[in-house]
Amino acid sequence: MSIGPALDSAASTGMRLCQRKGQIVRQRSLIAITAALAAGALTLTACGSRDDDGGSKSGSGGTKVVIGVDAPLTGDLSAIGLGIKNSVDLAVKQANKQKLVDGVTFEVQALDDQAQPSSGQQNAVKLVADKNVLGVVGPLNSSVAESMQKVFDDAKLVEVSPANTNPALTQGTNWATSKARTYKSYFRTATTDAIQGPFAAQYVFNKAKKKKVFVIDDKKTYGAGLAGTFTDEFKKLGGTVAGTEHINPDAKDFSAVATKVKNSGADVVYYGGEYPQAGPLSKQIKAAGAKIPVVGGDALYDPTYINLAGATSNGDLATSVGAPLDELPSAKEFLDNYKAGGYKEAYGAYGGYAYDSAWAIIEAVKKVAEDNGGKLPSDARAKVTAAMQGISFDGVTGKVSFDEYGDTTNKQLTVYAVENGAWKTVESGTYSGN
Amino acid sequence: MNELPQQLVNGLLLGSMYGLVAIGYTMVYGIVQLINFAHGEIFMTGAFGAFTVYMYVLPDGTSMAIALPLMLIGGIIVAVLVAVGAERFAYRPLRGAPRLAPLITAIGLSLALQQGVWAWYPDATSALKFPQIKGGPFEIGNVTIQTGDIFLMIAAPLSMAILAYFVMRTRTGRGMQATAQDSDTAKLMGVNTDRIIVIAFALGAAFAAVGGMAYGLKYGQIDFRMGFILGLKAFTAAVLGGIGNIYGAMIGGIVLGVVEALSTAYIGDIPGMDKFGSQSWADVWAFVLLILVLLLRPQGLLGERVADRA
Repeated sequence: MSIGPALDSAASTGMRLCQRKGQIVRQRSLIAITAALAAGALTLTACGSRDDDGGSKSGSGGTKVVIGVDAPLTGDLSAIGLGIKNSVDLAVKQANKQKLVDGVTFEVQALDDQAQPSSGQQNAVKLVADKNVLGVVGPLNSSVAESMQKVFDDAKLVEVSPANTNPALTQGTNWATSKARTYKSYFRTATTDAIQGPFAAQYVFNKAKKKKVFVIDDKKTYGAGLAGTFTDEFKKLGGTVAGTEHINPDAKDFSAVATKVKNSGADVVYYGGEYPQAGPLSKQIKAAGAKIPVVGGDALYDPTYINLAGATSNGDLATSVGAPLDELPSAKEFLDNYKAGGYKEAYGAYGGYAYDSAWAIIEAVKKVAEDNGGKLPSDARAKVTAAMQGISFDGVTGKVSFDEYGDTTNKQLTVYAVENGAWKTVESGTYSGN
Repeated sequence: MNELPQQLVNGLLLGSMYGLVAIGYTMVYGIVQLINFAHGEIFMTGAFGAFTVYMYVLPDGTSMAIALPLMLIGGIIVAVLVAVGAERFAYRPLRGAPRLAPLITAIGLSLALQQGVWAWYPDATSALKFPQIKGGPFEIGNVTIQTGDIFLMIAAPLSMAILAYFVMRTRTGRGMQATAQDSDTAKLMGVNTDRIIVIAFALGAAFAAVGGMAYGLKYGQIDFRMGFILGLKAFTAAVLGGIGNIYGAMIGGIVLGVVEALSTAYIGDIPGMDKFGSQSWADVWAFVLLILVLLLRPQGLLGERVADRA
């Protein structure tokens, strides 16, 4: 990373500079001004606190239960994050309207993690501290989830992610050889990259007839994991890897990489990462003269990707978890309600899963309340976590239930392609093993 | 296929952009010995200024031939206003204070500008799509040049020539040189140093705005954080070239850009180095080079006068 050395050199320059005989005139007031400015800047950077006032007022209908949301609500990934927040909000409104749990009013508290593990952990601590929080939906990023899992698990607070796909989150770091559940409080409604990567490899090799791949990833938990499972399966099927590259998630200039891709002779690019980089990357690869499709995972499946990648993104592919919402009969009600809800932002790639995640928490709270004679027990958090394991209902995305690792039992995936500036469904299916 | 020419062009283009931004760092440092860390954000506001002109001032469907110069002017005006405002309200009150105070102020200002754009510019919470010049890429031999890069290819050398003429040949430019050499004596000789300092900030901001515009055209998108990493790279380029030396800024930028491109392309091919060749290592190699240059030539590639300043 470039930040460290540059700041270091700045600091040392500053040090040397201040050793010169300084003029002491007005020094005290200047320090005050500097301090005020720095404080002002710090206040401004604390943007995570902007959404905090959501869940403070007490509801009228008896016990208040807060469902926390942690997602990137600002920054590059905010398009997806706001869709998650809105969908949870919709689930909570529906539950309150139907009076699903007697004597309990649900509320949402949404925190912004800016896709940063450090912000995610702070949010987790904050949510744990609020005794009314009985469940959390989120986060979006697997790397953020890694930093939050332990905090939630120590507090026995249940966390249901609508979007994390890294297998290690549920099955431990050695998931490929020996699976072992790491945190009992962590569940997810999205299927894992252990299925998504190979699924993509099978489609690319068998259906799209591409034999020579250039693999690029962003070194993050999600991207590197996905690129790994894709590569393994692609090689197993008989394909060759023409080259590999790793990019910086904060970079925008990929021209050097694009030139390498062009000269490698690959007929397809697989990118493990998210759309803020994938869009410009696709654009620059095509511009460099390599007219080959870019394929990626669920984090590419967003309209913003096409927006960033431009007209040359036609033919690019993305796999995403589940089946397309507008083709699922179970999602019709959700789509209608979402429209009626008047949300400013689209529900995005994970709206359905976020709704189901929130609903799973609501169902678990309901079960705990019913088992305890209609009242929530004092150790409600632990009880809700335990109840989550046995949850089963028909959700927006299909049947929602969890296996012994906390993973969803719904293993469906779909291939989408960019066609005339929009994502079109190609086919749905599941990875059928070796 | 030989990819060296293409990688050199990639590096040159990236480096020219670093150079345009580095000029602002080096000029301000040369005259007031301040490392203006908010300069990356001035670059960002320049790009947003150009975007605003296109989005909210010009009617829809204005051809790029007419829009480009107007956007450039808009971007320059915004960046210059921000820079001059920063000089007036954040740095001038601290002139004469210990050097650390304005440095910290610059960092605070950088954060404030980022968050200000984030909070108040419409839809700036995520990346904004910058208008593009139509037309396909151009092929020269086996080198491909993008349409969006043509602006940079013309603007960077032109800016440099204008700056060199200004500093060497005009009265104000000579005043700048005099202030840089010894501001007290320059003042005694009748140079209005306050005015010179404002002009240095304004000129740096104008070049940063040209860079910001080039960034938008090259990558097709701008966002409120675009200045942070680029600002650090440009600062590095200024140090590499010899901070205080305007030619050094451009040379340093180009060297940095070319090293990044070539290390991405070739280091992985050296036996046993395949782990260290990817683009994510390019920054590391760039800083290895910086350290080597500073060890052998502490004043930077073209620097001359830094030793007696620091």
